[in-house]
Amino acid sequence: MSLGVALFLSLCLDLSLGPARFPLDEVIAALISPDSVSDQVRVILWEIRMPVALMALVVGASLSVAGAQMQTILSNPLASPFTLGISAGASFGAALALAFGVAIIPAAIDYVVPINAFVMAMITAFFIHALSMKRGVTIETIVLLGIAMVFIFNSLMALIQFFASQQAVAAVVFWTMGSLTKATWPKFWVSLGVLAIVLPLLARHGWALTAMRLGDTKAESMGVKPKALRLEVLVLVSLLAAIAVAFVGTIGFIGLVGPHIARLLLGEDQRFFVPGSALCGALILSIGSVLSKIILPGTVIPIGIITSLVGIPFFLFLILRQKSSSW
Amino acid sequence: MVTLTLDRLSAHYGRRQILAEVTTPCFEGGQVVALLGPNAAGKSTLFRRILGLIDGGGEARVEGATRQRPIGYMPQDTGVNAVLTVYESVLLARMQGRSLKVQPEDMTEVERALDDLGISALGERDISDLSGGQRQLVGAAQALVQSPEILLLDEPTSALDLHRQLQLLTILRRLARERGMLIIAALHDLGQALRFTDQAMLLQNGRLIASGPTAEVVTPERLREVYRVAARIEPCSQGQPQLIVEEAI
Repeated sequence: MSLGVALFLSLCLDLSLGPARFPLDEVIAALISPDSVSDQVRVILWEIRMPVALMALVVGASLSVAGAQMQTILSNPLASPFTLGISAGASFGAALALAFGVAIIPAAIDYVVPINAFVMAMITAFFIHALSMKRGVTIETIVLLGIAMVFIFNSLMALIQFFASQQAVAAVVFWTMGSLTKATWPKFWVSLGVLAIVLPLLARHGWALTAMRLGDTKAESMGVKPKALRLEVLVLVSLLAAIAVAFVGTIGFIGLVGPHIARLLLGEDQRFFVPGSALCGALILSIGSVLSKIILPGTVIPIGIITSLVGIPFFLFLILRQKSSSW
Repeated sequence: MVTLTLDRLSAHYGRRQILAEVTTPCFEGGQVVALLGPNAAGKSTLFRRILGLIDGGGEARVEGATRQRPIGYMPQDTGVNAVLTVYESVLLARMQGRSLKVQPEDMTEVERALDDLGISALGERDISDLSGGQRQLVGAAQALVQSPEILLLDEPTSALDLHRQLQLLTILRRLARERGMLIIAALHDLGQALRFTDQAMLLQNGRLIASGPTAEVVTPERLREVYRVAARIEPCSQGQPQLIVEEAI
């Protein structure tokens, strides 16, 4: 409940900030009754800022849920879309388009970069999926595979940047910083649609996923099939992460921080943990969006930089925290 | 009444044979059966094979069951770092395969399972904060809450103090009698097996050495042969068989 209120306030604040600042009461009035404000305010809020602000919520929720489920199925508190190389794959796909105009699937010019990013992210996910199907592959191996993928894609990115023009390198670097300003209404609806499809599919396995946190043997004793479940959920959350990263670029640490806060607040019963993770992720990215506008007035800092600056200390805190009994 | 018969049950890990054609008489609901054998005899593998969690030859034939999943299983205790309360961890065992909405009868079953094992007071505690013995009782509650007709318990008393061991075995025997449940428990304490179980299976290196009434399975000769201990069995002052171990051979 309080998360919901905080989310609404953050959304309003996000909408009010920008080159033209609007008081919060005017923003709320424009939200409740768009006709009660001037055309100029309505256009700025509804047509320009709203898709960006809502995209922050959906992308934050998607990355956080993806991270939550990766941590659950891989029994690893540091798992996130980045651990498995999904974001790195997306960056590589985007860089191919930005640097050389390579379209993996022919598409409208506006969508070449996101489609490339999405396709590469999914190829990465399916590659890991295929390898993890092999006999004798453990959870630890899957995490190590992900880290190997990150290194491979980083090397390929460096290679692209070495051969690309200076202008293209700048475009690649900007893309990898992650920016919500790429958001449009169609991109928002696609992201929301995928989230709306994946969440019920995950909810179907709510009890089984909670049981996975007790370990495979215990889960099996309750009738869960850990291997099959792990693979299905891996595909679903890869889809969530790939869509999010494809549209807004690499936004780090939401998938790590969001679930950890939800876990601290609500525990790991998936009935509360998944909605909690979604809300926390949405709130963090929305606050990040606000911060990206107010740190340097007049400049919108790429949000990936903000989330990394906040996320890295948290990441270190998690690593150094001396509590062995639980995550 | 539910029955379980093992018919030439086998299992392999790679080329290594873990279970070799284990065949038993028919065990019936209401009985408590001890699964005995030294370390690495194949006890856990036998449970996993009965449940179909590992492939192999032969058949575990269940007859007279009324539920779709009649067998409940409590694996050996493993450390847990999940952020779940005891109540939640037992509830989720009950809710597998069901909708996310918890019905009042599900809550009643959870409370009954906790109550049966005398751990209602632990309901709101985090499972990661429990002692090994408490976790073991929660594990038993997770198995019981599924209302199984056959309950397999893998070393359910290994982390319990003596009082809790006797209490748990007494409770299990009562539940078997009251609910017509067949309980098979892997036990290391042969004295407790003699006192609390009706039937026993004795495994060694994946082979069934003996099965039948516990007093006929646990004999000084078999203890010498399988466990390599010199022991004798004498009736105690209450007339119950008592195992006296003299020395390791």
